[in-house]
Amino acid sequence: MLDKLITYLQHPFVMNALIVGVLISLCSSLFGVTLVLKRYSFIGDGLSHVAFGAMAIATVMNLTNNMLLILPVTVICAVLLLKTGQNTKIKGDAAIAMISVGALALGYLIMNVFSTSANVSGDVCSTLFGSTSILTLGSTEVVLCIILSIVVITIFILFYNKIFAVTFDESFSKASGVRTNAYNFLIAVVIAVIIVLAMNLVGSLLISALIIFPALSAMRIFQSFKKVTVFSAIFAVVCAVLGLVISIMTGTPVGSTIVATDAAAFLICCITGSIIKRR
Amino acid sequence: MSFITVKNLEVGYEKKTITDPISFKVDKQDYLCIVGENGAGKSTLMKTLLGLIKPVAGEIEFGDGLKANEIGYLPQQTVVQRDFPASVKEIVLSGCQARAGLRPFYNKEEKKLAEENMERMGISSLADSCYRELSGGQQQRVLLARALCATRKVLLLDEPVSGLDPKVTADMYELINGLNREGITIIMISHDIAAAVRYATHILHIGANLFYGSREEYMESDEGRFFLKSQEGGRKNVR
Repeated sequence: MLDKLITYLQHPFVMNALIVGVLISLCSSLFGVTLVLKRYSFIGDGLSHVAFGAMAIATVMNLTNNMLLILPVTVICAVLLLKTGQNTKIKGDAAIAMISVGALALGYLIMNVFSTSANVSGDVCSTLFGSTSILTLGSTEVVLCIILSIVVITIFILFYNKIFAVTFDESFSKASGVRTNAYNFLIAVVIAVIIVLAMNLVGSLLISALIIFPALSAMRIFQSFKKVTVFSAIFAVVCAVLGLVISIMTGTPVGSTIVATDAAAFLICCITGSIIKRR
Repeated sequence: MSFITVKNLEVGYEKKTITDPISFKVDKQDYLCIVGENGAGKSTLMKTLLGLIKPVAGEIEFGDGLKANEIGYLPQQTVVQRDFPASVKEIVLSGCQARAGLRPFYNKEEKKLAEENMERMGISSLADSCYRELSGGQQQRVLLARALCATRKVLLLDEPVSGLDPKVTADMYELINGLNREGITIIMISHDIAAAVRYATHILHIGANLFYGSREEYMESDEGRFFLKSQEGGRKNVR
């Protein structure tokens, strides 16, 4: 068993998958805490469907680098969605649901009508649930992912206190002169980047899991924002590694295995949390 | 020049005004209570004063060394805050955020300020406790300490005693009154006209009949007499 793992680890593509998996899970978990607390848990879902729609269009247009289309479209939608929180006619959750299903349907429609590939449902399935594509990452993609992750983590650390202030009480912060709109914009852009990155890993249906499971698990056990953030980061990394290893060893799909690991760990945290409270 | 001068201000959402033109001014060390029926536009007026929404008409001037963002705000609790995992210290410190500007971390002065204000509100012993597990009164003290980190001059309080029991309500009023005596200007939205008349120096009554004046003038006015009477009557009925 261990021998098998060591043999696998010697393959560069397995190492690549591990690096990318850990970094993406880490980034999503950091911003996940904010999103869950701001009641935007589902934005991951909405945006990833937008990214799916954009990807379908990019594929049909035969763009050589489909990131050029996916990233800007997702960023724009993220900014729009996070803005709807503030007194607009369509409320946040409804707006997310609308954009989410709309983009999903449109994406599938476009892929079906214009696709050049012979196996449309196979393509759709792999973009939705994540494919083995994480095991076939090229070195440019890995480098891009590492750079973007470092940027995301740096932004999080530098703006940690501001993110806390804006998340806990936006109107107080705004009234006392904090530039909340700017920070909300920043959060939206970063989320969009994370989601586009994460599509490679778990596919667009399961991205929400990477965002909400670590945050919810940490909130079961810990009582301060800092502890919740740190624990959810650790939680995300551990689950990503575990999930990846299990999926490589047993040949299960990468994305669903990681999410299943997250769900199991969430249960453990729930139980731990209730034991701590009872004492 | 007054701290805040409001001239013919009309407030509302999306250019629809919900109040008659309001004029009043707030001087240093005033204690202004804004009273009125539900839906009269008290909270909207407060949000406009804070710059969270734009006035529909009229103007708000800040003077006497007060800048628009030097106002401390005690908002009504939101749903988000009720299960927010944060320690008391983290929340009070976040009141220094505007002071910190673009600097990513809090410096020693800001941490000291947060500690002083926790001391002032008598919550130092709770510094590491979780906000969502505190009682209503304690939570209000935390938010008050945070507001004090953001201002040394003016506090705006939005229904600071709603949902508190009578004993805690009385403590809260005393606490606010104490801050006023220390030199902090108070602007408070309240349902509780009896308490408003007891502590405030000035009263702004908005609704069908607009009134602004000192406490004494209010008690003599028709609106004041009517509402004081009806509140007393209400209490008798409860008994």
